[in-house]
Amino acid sequence: MTRGRLALLQVTLLAGLFLLWHVLTAREILPSFFFGKPLEVMARIADWFASGKIFPHLGVTLLETLLAFAIGTLLGLAVGLWLALSPVASKLFDPYITAFNSMPRVILAPIFAVWFGLGIWSKVALGVTLVFFIVFFSVYNGVREVSPTILANARMLGASGRQLLRHVYLPSATAWVFSSLHASVGMAFVGAVVGEYLGSARGVGYLILQAEGMFDINTVFAGMLVLTACAVALDSLVTLAERRLLRWRPGNVSGAS
Amino acid sequence: MSSALRLAGISCSFPARAGGSPYTAVSGVELIVGEGEFVAIVGPTGCGKSTLLNVAAGLTPPSSGRVEVLGAPLEGINKHAGYLFQTEALMPWRTALGNVMAGLEFHGAARVEATRVATDWLRRVGLQGHAHKYPHEMSGGMRKRVALAQTLALDPRILLMDEPFSALDVQTRILMENELLALWSQDRKSVAFVTHDLEEAISLADRIVVMSAGPESHPIGEFAVELPRPRDVAEVRLTPAFLDLHRRIWDALRDEVQKAHWQAMA
Repeated sequence: MTRGRLALLQVTLLAGLFLLWHVLTAREILPSFFFGKPLEVMARIADWFASGKIFPHLGVTLLETLLAFAIGTLLGLAVGLWLALSPVASKLFDPYITAFNSMPRVILAPIFAVWFGLGIWSKVALGVTLVFFIVFFSVYNGVREVSPTILANARMLGASGRQLLRHVYLPSATAWVFSSLHASVGMAFVGAVVGEYLGSARGVGYLILQAEGMFDINTVFAGMLVLTACAVALDSLVTLAERRLLRWRPGNVSGAS
Repeated sequence: MSSALRLAGISCSFPARAGGSPYTAVSGVELIVGEGEFVAIVGPTGCGKSTLLNVAAGLTPPSSGRVEVLGAPLEGINKHAGYLFQTEALMPWRTALGNVMAGLEFHGAARVEATRVATDWLRRVGLQGHAHKYPHEMSGGMRKRVALAQTLALDPRILLMDEPFSALDVQTRILMENELLALWSQDRKSVAFVTHDLEEAISLADRIVVMSAGPESHPIGEFAVELPRPRDVAEVRLTPAFLDLHRRIWDALRDEVQKAHWQAMA
């Protein structure tokens, strides 16, 4: 199947789903009180963007997401490299990392709200704890799988410890970071929205919470759709960066050579 | 002839895997590579040939024995040696040029200078025009050429080669062997070339050291190769002198190969 046809089919599928949703709720086969009406959802979204009402909320949510994404990724990369290269530290921290990772970290949200207040930082903190572990584990495992021959070769070519880190471990880890970034984008959004949901005065999560309180199901769906679109957009940015930075990887066939 | 590399009484043991006794790969190895000499080390698979090279490179500290490089005891990495590995050793995230430049950069060369030297080396191994390809975009033979250029760009006095051409097809291999000889004849580095291919060893080397089967592998014979240079590795294999030498070395090697074979089967 050509790419064009595939894309066409995918759009058709989406349109079909909306049509089904519309028919089912318009005829009240599904109660529109609980399932909303797609046309009104669309109208709500259009109104948000036309009036500009959504921008302060969307701006806050995106800011929280991007901060959580950036801080979590950098921390995960740094700690992952550090623990992978330091056997003593890695053995020391191992049980704690396992414990912290198995903990349902969303329960940290109330504590973060107390520590960082109801502003953006409590949401960023929650997002960071979610993103960090995804990146950390892939870097940690990735570094340990660096080819011993490549390492030995770099050492024979005169690389010092720092140069090994900069020229062998870091590029190698980058590949692993990228493989985890797609998962982290979603997690950064989860952190931001759940944080807003639990207590905030702004953000798309806050909008959804407000609407839910008034049984305004159309607004809830509108918020969901806007968030999903943003997550997809951010994910394609990651793919774009991946194509540029990982051109050396076999199987990463890009036209940009 | 003074020695470029001298291994004296080298033994190497590796800790046992669960339940077994420690494995002694090589034991009591005496080996000298003279200044400007091309020495081939042959032996059956698993006889610890690579271990010896790693010891000479300073990558694996020996359990006992001494390593001397250009008359001085070796400490840490052998800075006078270049190492051509059997398996892929290029950095996949660097282009051909970037890989050849790597060693120069590590040694603090200026970027312009490193680019100039690396470009020249790529030309000498016949890869002009491929400078900006990544390893996965090149064939096995091209990658070996890049690895050769990468090692030679640092102009090491000693060259350690661990079955560098074993993964190549026969034709490419003969090409690479001829090119290696041509490059070597220009400045006659001291070479320790490990291989299990007797023909390759005879056609390249000045002297051949035959190792016994492992464990506790050690040299069991030495043969001088007195074939005239320059040699063409494909043609020299057809000369009577070559065949005669081949027969004599094979007589020494056969029992060891058999031994290694039975060990692998057991």
